[in-house]
Amino acid sequence: METSIIISGFGGQGTLFAGQVITYAAMAAGKEVTWIPSYGPEMRGGTANCTVVISDNRIGSPLVLNPTIVIAMNQPSLEKYESLVAEGGYLIANKSLIEKDFSRSGINSYFIPANELAAEIGNMKMSSMLLTGAMVEITGILSLDQIKTALENNLPARHKKTLPMNFQAIDKGAEYIKELAAEKAK
Amino acid sequence: MATLTTDPIQVYKRPVGLTEVHSHYCPGCTHGISHRLIAEVLDEMGLREKTIGVAPVGCSVFAYKYLNTDYVEAAHGRAPAMATGIKRVRPENIVYTYQGDGDLASIGMAEIMHAAGRGENITVIFINNAIYGMTGGQMAPTTLPGMKTTSSPKGRDVEMAGFPIKMSEILATMQGSSYIVRRSLHDPAYIRKSKKAIRKAFETQVRGMGFSLVELLSTCPTNWKVTPYEALQFVEDSMIPVFPLGDFKVHPEIAKLKV
Amino acid sequence: MTKKLLKGNHALAEAAVRAGCEGFFGYPITPSTEFLEYMSSRMPELGRAFVQAESEVAAINMVYGAACAGKRTMTASSSPGVSLMMEGLSYIAGTEVPAVLVNVMRGGPGLGNIAPSQGDYNQMVKGGGHGDYFPIVIAPASVQESIDYTMLAFDLADKYRTLVYVIVDGNIGQMMEPAEMPPMREIPTEAPDWAVTGAEGRDPIALSSIYIDPYDEEVTNLRLLKKKLEIEKNEVIFKEFFMEDAEIVIIGFGTAGRISLSAVREAREQGIKVGLIRPITLFPFPFERIAEAAEQAKSFLVVEMNTGMMLDDIQVAVKGKIPVEFYGRLGGVTPFPDEILSEINRINENPPTDPNLDARADWVKRLEKAIEGSN
Repeated sequence: METSIIISGFGGQGTLFAGQVITYAAMAAGKEVTWIPSYGPEMRGGTANCTVVISDNRIGSPLVLNPTIVIAMNQPSLEKYESLVAEGGYLIANKSLIEKDFSRSGINSYFIPANELAAEIGNMKMSSMLLTGAMVEITGILSLDQIKTALENNLPARHKKTLPMNFQAIDKGAEYIKELAAEKAK
Repeated sequence: MATLTTDPIQVYKRPVGLTEVHSHYCPGCTHGISHRLIAEVLDEMGLREKTIGVAPVGCSVFAYKYLNTDYVEAAHGRAPAMATGIKRVRPENIVYTYQGDGDLASIGMAEIMHAAGRGENITVIFINNAIYGMTGGQMAPTTLPGMKTTSSPKGRDVEMAGFPIKMSEILATMQGSSYIVRRSLHDPAYIRKSKKAIRKAFETQVRGMGFSLVELLSTCPTNWKVTPYEALQFVEDSMIPVFPLGDFKVHPEIAKLKV
Repeated sequence: MTKKLLKGNHALAEAAVRAGCEGFFGYPITPSTEFLEYMSSRMPELGRAFVQAESEVAAINMVYGAACAGKRTMTASSSPGVSLMMEGLSYIAGTEVPAVLVNVMRGGPGLGNIAPSQGDYNQMVKGGGHGDYFPIVIAPASVQESIDYTMLAFDLADKYRTLVYVIVDGNIGQMMEPAEMPPMREIPTEAPDWAVTGAEGRDPIALSSIYIDPYDEEVTNLRLLKKKLEIEKNEVIFKEFFMEDAEIVIIGFGTAGRISLSAVREAREQGIKVGLIRPITLFPFPFERIAEAAEQAKSFLVVEMNTGMMLDDIQVAVKGKIPVEFYGRLGGVTPFPDEILSEINRINENPPTDPNLDARADWVKRLEKAIEGSN
């Protein structure tokens, strides 16, 4: 089994770090992993994406054309990756920065107002962790606890203060998906 | 009748720091003098067996054959970088470069400036004879205005080829440098002063006080196309007015030293 | 020891530290910069030398000096920076002192871009600087291999008193993978007997690449050549996958090799008899193994992130026995496994029969079509 995830957004939205957290969590779960960023000259504001591959076997390519999961944090990312999500895969989009709320057929798409939800916690920067929580709830590739442990173990010391808020964001993303499912069930 | 003593008194000998070989330098060239001064200073300071020299590309490319210390041979202009590499991994050794004007002030400008800027604890002996010797007398960065060379056949035209670069003056502005002086090798009194300067430059390094450089105005009778005597005159009459002798930067600790 | 998630550049740097590198001299350049940044804190912490040089030209000459002083030393850079180092590398080769260079390759020529590329194959493997010399070239394909082969690079550099290049592309420099770091090696207390250390109680040593008498230089060139032949005999490294019954054999190094592995696995699942040879030493090149494989396989597919530089070496090994096809992406574009899989499918469906086919010309047509299609 091989799962591939592309997380894409503006530089500064936390896409690269969110990818690392997922990678750490999968590694702790005994999986083979790779994390690779698109690296550009932009330090802030440019596009930033990373590809995470999680596998039971040794990983050949760290790059994938058709990822199983895409987290699109903004409009350009959606435009770039929507058509590339593998059949039966998942598109998780940040509705706050995206102009539409539906996607192509053949994939499972979720449009989540991540910025607004993160603002409710008190920090818009939490949007990437929020979508990570949502992604885990949707796909079940890892548990929320695994993500939280990975985050706790790898958050740089200078950001340790933000740990509770990060946890809140992960939970909030997951809860949003649970509520969505409950609504659908009605 | 008074009796003459028969015991000979040795007044002059080859320093241990110089090897017993004939050099390839032209008659009248002052490289031999500067080599000897370095050898004498290293002998007197007891540093010969701790020293690693870095030879340049130019006439003194074979300096390692004449100076009786460990030596490496650098690429053209890169001696200060190579010396940096040696000194950083062997700070216990004494490391110096021996460079001509083309090597130091033209192709090696970046390396010398940054070695001084870093306050690299090395010593540089800079031979300025205003010409490229080894390649046969082309214009150097220190060639005087109006001076004829094989690549400035009508004399250095400053409109076209710019002005001589005064390295000691420039390097004295670097905060990392501790001892920057210009001397000359054109007569015995100046040679004695040159030796003292070389001594002070190595004393600077021994004290870990950073970058030291002695610029030595030198001759090239072959490529200047004059006799050795005329060459010495040329230094006095033409070079010193453009490259004034003096101390451009001397750390107070070094100024106090009596050598 | 447990595995840690490590970034390629950091892993390469720490491996150098553990191999006993006592002097690092470098200049920032994407995508290798994290190497220099890592060393800027790690080396001083251990009391070892670190200098951010004024240029790559200066950096490699600092390495040259430290190498002459008998210490393990290295630099890391990326393609344009490595071009600037060619002078110093040639001098190091000519002086026969050991040194290690890590090249995290990017798209070129010229300023090119900062994306991953394998376009420096010829520059690295065939010399690059002036004169006759033969650096050992190792191409890891993962973070773990980057660690293991950086350690080996220092050992080989010392063993043969030669240059060793570790070449990866931006993908490997930038990616994170779990890997295990070997323990710290002890630094030797004695300098090698050829090094300049100050002529205390012995005759002076002069280290130089100058042999002004052509007959002396000829002897030196001959010595370097004999060293080359010795290295070719002893130090070839490659890995292979699914080769037992392979009829189509993919050959790729570094990133192109590991990406090919993904395609090979998928093709195997479809029942296609395809295998992979991944050369790890590019000099010495695994000519023998490639020639052997040409006896077994029906055709080769060479995959590179350049215009087919290793392809030329493969063709030398194959000697026209079987058709050799080529697939490359250029300019900093990394191929996806899907592209290689469709090449495998194409070859499987229409096996090439002409051993003299013009691999490069055929591929140019296919690539041009693909580029047009994607626009």
